Amino acid sequence: MSTMTVDKAGPTRNVKYGSMSRDRAWALRWSYFFLTLFAIFSLVPPLYMLITSLKGSAEISAATNPWWVFHPTLENYIGLLTSNQFLRFFFNSAMVSIVVVIITMLISIPAAFALSRMKFWGSATLATGVFLTYLIPDSLLFIPLFKMFALIGDVTGIQLINRWYVLLFIYPTLTVPFCTWIMIGYFASIPKELDEAAIIDGASWLQTLTRIFIPVALPGLIAATIFAFTVSWAQFLYPLVFTTSADQLVLPVGIVTTLIKGDVFNWGQIMTGALLGAAPPLIIYAFLMDYYIAGLTAGATKG
Amino acid sequence: MVDAAIGEDAIARPRRAVRRRGLRNALKRKSTTAFLLTLPLILLIALLVVYPALYSVHLATLNKSMQRFVGFGNFEFLFKRDTFWLVVKQSCIFAVTAVVFKALIGFIVAHFVHNIPAKGQRKWRGMLLVPWVIPPAMSTLAWLWLFDPSYSAFNYTLAFFGIGPIPWTGDAAWARFSVILVNVWYGAPFFMIMYLASLKSVPDQLYEAAAIDGANWWQRIWYVTLPMMRNIIAITTLFSLIVTFANFDIVRILTAGGPLDKTHIFATWAFRVGIEGSDIPLGASVSLFMVPILAVAAIFILRDVNKRGNES
Repeated sequence: MSTMTVDKAGPTRNVKYGSMSRDRAWALRWSYFFLTLFAIFSLVPPLYMLITSLKGSAEISAATNPWWVFHPTLENYIGLLTSNQFLRFFFNSAMVSIVVVIITMLISIPAAFALSRMKFWGSATLATGVFLTYLIPDSLLFIPLFKMFALIGDVTGIQLINRWYVLLFIYPTLTVPFCTWIMIGYFASIPKELDEAAIIDGASWLQTLTRIFIPVALPGLIAATIFAFTVSWAQFLYPLVFTTSADQLVLPVGIVTTLIKGDVFNWGQIMTGALLGAAPPLIIYAFLMDYYIAGLTAGATKG
Repeated sequence: MVDAAIGEDAIARPRRAVRRRGLRNALKRKSTTAFLLTLPLILLIALLVVYPALYSVHLATLNKSMQRFVGFGNFEFLFKRDTFWLVVKQSCIFAVTAVVFKALIGFIVAHFVHNIPAKGQRKWRGMLLVPWVIPPAMSTLAWLWLFDPSYSAFNYTLAFFGIGPIPWTGDAAWARFSVILVNVWYGAPFFMIMYLASLKSVPDQLYEAAAIDGANWWQRIWYVTLPMMRNIIAITTLFSLIVTFANFDIVRILTAGGPLDKTHIFATWAFRVGIEGSDIPLGASVSLFMVPILAVAAIFILRDVNKRGNES
């Protein structure tokens, strides 16, 4: 839009009065051309997943055009969706992600509420600390965490390594800091008058939180939920380190470790599994794109 | 919503509380409440982030069986190994190249999206963000299949142009190219979205003023767009530097560090040594080498985020 206004002003410096709209049309055409190229680049891998998932194993190893399905079949989908192992992965993933979302919200909403509204000793430092925690990557902590949980097992006899629920303790380290951070931003943008009015009317802190902050900051809450879910669903390093038995694996690790048997790659099933694994985030994204993007950009624009 | 809170009981309660315990107690109660509300967060950060971070420093000073204190022994051992220096070099090449290309592609694509009529922008943005939405472990599998030595769909296509079969993951140079390509594919949409949001916030008047002064498109970008977006570019780039530098999924699935350790980066090598090789102290030492770069990036991000907070 801005370019249009700029080009309208263009003739003051360019004497070619008539070329203005033609330049504009060409700029638009080039934009579409390059956008198409980039869109193809972006969409080739997921589309190729879809193409391969519809092929039988004979067609995959045939020397025909790989970009086209000549004999579409659903055998890969049927094979995976009737396999107990794959359904187990899917169940583990769903279970872990949903419970982690709940834990994340239970921790980060009260904390964000306290950090954005109640100034107490160390609250500013804590807010900064939360942001710094968000910047600590999983690849820095997986070794000490693994050793820690192994030690807990040795000392107390509670075996947590190689159980899917160990991930419920670990994933919140990835989701809580960011969710708290963006919730602080959303809560801070709520006018003070609103909760002051509630306090004057006699609402308790809990009532202010549940009746004012949560409803008003609902878009932020949805964005944070989406973030927590997609991060938990996509996490690969922690489950790879912490779980090994086939019945404890989550989807990404399950597909990578069990569908690749030695050097034999069953590509039809791998691509089907990958597509089914990518489906929940993609579906959420398709329906809640604006919230998804709000959550993505909030990290840097709020604060 | 406020109305819902009004009730006879609700009005009466604080008054009674104030009378009974006094204003000071009420204030004290507020900070106690605040502390209790943040307690789970504090516990989580202390027990599962700060403690492991310190614990990994402790681990790094133990020998392989974790029974003897060896001081800097693990680090000395690493410094003598060629593979370690290879990993350092590769991590830096990988992170810097990938971030530069992500930033450039993101910037260019954001401009193209910004250029087209507002009506169609949503659709394009939606398509272009797909790589970021798919879990990287899943999409890397698709790339692995596209790069397959015998059935590569890319090589099939390139053969029409007379370009011979490319060993995407088999040859050291190509394997490095491939992991960077996949990382750029995955990360560029994030830059695009951030830049697009920031482009939209640049006031149109600035461009009009620049056009009246006779600025061409390059001067408009250099003197208007870039200064206005400087902060967001800095934050996004530094953030992406951290994430890319600490990347695990893509390299692990695409090459697992091969061929001959030529694509190992810190995270994948730490996993190989620490978990697969079950030398936990050495693995902890390897991953600790990420800290200096991450810390520098984090400090700059924090400074920029605070600056941004103060501006608004």
